[in-house]
Amino acid sequence: MEWNRREFLKIAGATTAVTAFGGLGFDLTPARAEGQAAKLKFTKQTTSVCCYCSVGCGLIASTDKDGKGKVVNIEGDPDHPINEGALCPKGASHYQLGKNDRRILKVLYRAPYSENWEEKSWDWALDRIARKVKESRDGSFVTKDAKGRVVNRCEGIASVGSAAMDNEECWIYQAMLRAMGLNYIEHQARI
Amino acid sequence: MTNHWIDIVNSDCIFIIGSNAAENHPISFKWVLRAKDKGATMIHVDPRYTRTSQHADVFARLRSGSDIPFFGGLIRYILANNLIFKDYVVNYTNASFILSDKYDFKDGLFSGFDAEKRAYDKSAWSFAKDDQGRIKKDPTLNNPRCVYQIMKTHYDRYDMKSVSAITGTPVADLQRVYQTYAATGKPEKSGTMLYAMGQTQHTVGVQNIRAMTIIQLLLGNMGVAGGGINALRGEANVQGSTDQGLLYHILPGYIPTPTAAMQTLVEFNEKNTPVTKEPQSANWWGNRPKYLASFLKSMYPNQDLETGYSYLPKLEPGKDYSWLSLFDAMLGGAFKGFFAWGQNPAASTANSNKTREAMTKLDWMVTVNMFETETGSFWKGPGMDPKKVKTEVFYLPCAVSFEKEGSISNSGRWMQWRNVAQPPSGDSKPDGDIIYELFEKIRELYAKEGGAYPDPIKNLNWDVATNHAFDPHKVAKRINGYFLTEKTLKVGDADKTFKPGDPVPGFALLQNDGSTCSGTWVYCGSYTDKNMAARRDKSQTAMQAKIGLFPAWSWAWPVNRRIIYNRASVDPQGKPYQPDKPVIAWVNGKWEGDVPDGPWPPMADVEKGKFPFIMTTDGMGQIFGPGRNDGPLPEHYEPLECPIAENPFSKQLHNPTALKFTGPADIHASCDPRYPFVCSTYRVTEHWQTGVMTRNSPWLLEAEPQMFCEMSPELATMRGIKNGEKVILESTRGSLWAKAIVTERIQPFTVLGQTIHQVGIPWHFGWTWPVNGGDSANILCPSVGDPNTGIPETKAFMVNVRKA
Repeated sequence: MEWNRREFLKIAGATTAVTAFGGLGFDLTPARAEGQAAKLKFTKQTTSVCCYCSVGCGLIASTDKDGKGKVVNIEGDPDHPINEGALCPKGASHYQLGKNDRRILKVLYRAPYSENWEEKSWDWALDRIARKVKESRDGSFVTKDAKGRVVNRCEGIASVGSAAMDNEECWIYQAMLRAMGLNYIEHQARI
Repeated sequence: MTNHWIDIVNSDCIFIIGSNAAENHPISFKWVLRAKDKGATMIHVDPRYTRTSQHADVFARLRSGSDIPFFGGLIRYILANNLIFKDYVVNYTNASFILSDKYDFKDGLFSGFDAEKRAYDKSAWSFAKDDQGRIKKDPTLNNPRCVYQIMKTHYDRYDMKSVSAITGTPVADLQRVYQTYAATGKPEKSGTMLYAMGQTQHTVGVQNIRAMTIIQLLLGNMGVAGGGINALRGEANVQGSTDQGLLYHILPGYIPTPTAAMQTLVEFNEKNTPVTKEPQSANWWGNRPKYLASFLKSMYPNQDLETGYSYLPKLEPGKDYSWLSLFDAMLGGAFKGFFAWGQNPAASTANSNKTREAMTKLDWMVTVNMFETETGSFWKGPGMDPKKVKTEVFYLPCAVSFEKEGSISNSGRWMQWRNVAQPPSGDSKPDGDIIYELFEKIRELYAKEGGAYPDPIKNLNWDVATNHAFDPHKVAKRINGYFLTEKTLKVGDADKTFKPGDPVPGFALLQNDGSTCSGTWVYCGSYTDKNMAARRDKSQTAMQAKIGLFPAWSWAWPVNRRIIYNRASVDPQGKPYQPDKPVIAWVNGKWEGDVPDGPWPPMADVEKGKFPFIMTTDGMGQIFGPGRNDGPLPEHYEPLECPIAENPFSKQLHNPTALKFTGPADIHASCDPRYPFVCSTYRVTEHWQTGVMTRNSPWLLEAEPQMFCEMSPELATMRGIKNGEKVILESTRGSLWAKAIVTERIQPFTVLGQTIHQVGIPWHFGWTWPVNGGDSANILCPSVGDPNTGIPETKAFMVNVRKA
């Protein structure tokens, strides 16, 4: 969603005016106004929805360099009819999922009996996984069950996941798994 | 949810049980508190006093695992005091249906039980039919074989004193809860039931929900504003991922997965298309063949329907493939390969040590995540020697939700579109791209080399990308569905011709002849001339505004209906039972308000009108539920691990049909002095699920840094434990440490004259991070499950607690 910056600042300004002398004994208005402006200057606002529980609270993410850079702030969407701008601690910490030095942003591989991870390229990993899938599928594919009924299933691979994916991703994931003949398809909803 | 989040505000009485909404769904509580501001009453029933209890007008404790007696007592109270909404019960539920002679219930077992198979022959629970095949009914509800009378007898045993003895809830508290909630049986009042995993994670999980359903039907609380059965789901898209069929037993849109006993599509349709002799029943699942045909065409557009059907893998009839069985099979060496996609089963699965051991039996595992998890790194976890673990592991980094675009569906079935706020960090990719690229590689291998049954792989419609990037809009359009051949259909009163590629406007137009595709029929209507999930329009009519419907904001399945079974909110003439908060109303031959459950006139029109519960075969709310695996009426059984030796309600101590395993990792301890305390797992505000995302978010970790165990002062004194000290918890399956929180929020129960202690532990921690944060609570939990769903019983099991 594109916000009209001037409109937004006008609203923000009105809010700070109301809370300017809120009993703290000193005036936070200038600091707050500066904070608001820093967030909005050269940023682009995008709407999203929280990734945690299933209330589905609306978010506004601010991205720097006019939307070309990284998210610098995420807060509740005041227009959203469910949360009306409010967020719980998890929702309010959203921004730390984007700016987080604990995220693992490389493909990793652990060889059999190895004590370590090693970095790999996407191509290497996807090629090898595809090869493993094919070997396991071809080696465990069952065309007919013990009673002679056609079952066309791959018994040697199982999958769990994921309620953390979008609907469209879930749909193509089930399509891939079912085309390969998997029966053991499960995810968070079961547990 | 049958209703939605905002609708909680319309309630006169909010009954929260098996949920700590204030802490785990904090924003839901905005609507709970707003309802209270308007005069609503709030009831909280839980083993532990929480921040939800703090806001309750009525709080009652119950011992974990005793919900059915608690509800049974409420059903008895409603019936004994004649507090039912009589017209609703007679007109809209199966209370008047007469049971066949085969139905019986004796000493904890329903008729049709096969002790050897530990399963029921459900045909013993059928209704009596007349010579035209129609169900026999008695609208006076006096026939001793009608559902109403059978139910009355069934729950007569659940008197207040017996209930109090087993639940540990004082009789005075039971009385207050029963009296307060039963008051919603007045036609103009509505009551909502909110629940979460506290109700479902039991070997009687489904029957707990069934019990609530019975209560809601007796009080006329289904379909109305401020009513319903409302699951507070735990994950942002767990509703959507279920809708899209990521479970072994269902294809997208709740179509049963075919088994080997259904060799052709014709055979599948014969066995899975319900038929009713009730002329006024909409019997919506009678349309199932159209939805399966449209699903098959969404997968295999160039194949005829039978060929597409033959491509689907078939389950072995009677075999369980659900979560716990999957890991049991893995431990037995059944799998070479395993995908743990966006999930952390090494910490989230009951009996974690068993699960972690099972992973050593794999040749390879692919794990997709944002952070290190206990699953991806299982080979170097506690008790593992990497040099002895053969499993080859691939970790693939995925993007975070605001680094990609697509839709998610919340608990109220709202499908909401998310936009890209920043590009994927580092080498991470959206899950959609990872799936797309991986399957491209698999397809290439099969194209080049052939292999086992390549046809379904070769012929799958894999047009899911644009310029080699996953395209969620393209997939969303396919999930909605479009025409594959030209078709002229009646839309309203006029004929309309659809061309190939035209979106199908709604699922009523899906076809069984292969002329339409729709990936998930319940989402038909979500992406038509525009992306409905992306809508941000708050306009609504005055009638809709009265109940905060917001029908132009995002989109809800099915067909943008915000409150399902809403035909039950009006009398048979279509007049709202609650005129100050109407959901729908029949005005001048038209429905107003929400999207009604079908376009037909109200049911008083015997020619064209339909019954309200359109998804049930006979159109009625099911007080008697003959489809479940463990009985048509909820009955109390103790958890598979419990502190009492005998069930006072029958000779069946445990659910006789529960899902169980028999290996060395599956030993259960009831009334075992080594494991004397009831334990329950739960969540905290600052963490989420196994904690992978929240333990790695510094602000949240700072707030909740370590594993803890809540216990009563009495228990702490007995065990010599002080607040803040380290304790060891142990079950037959393993042990873990926690910091003791000694608190009056937890109190001992008096159960059948004995003092029973209960402790509580969160399940968000894991050994990977933080250092000294503790490990997963699931190490202690038993891998036993509900006989209908297979959900593990992690809310009631037995442990010991001692000073470390």
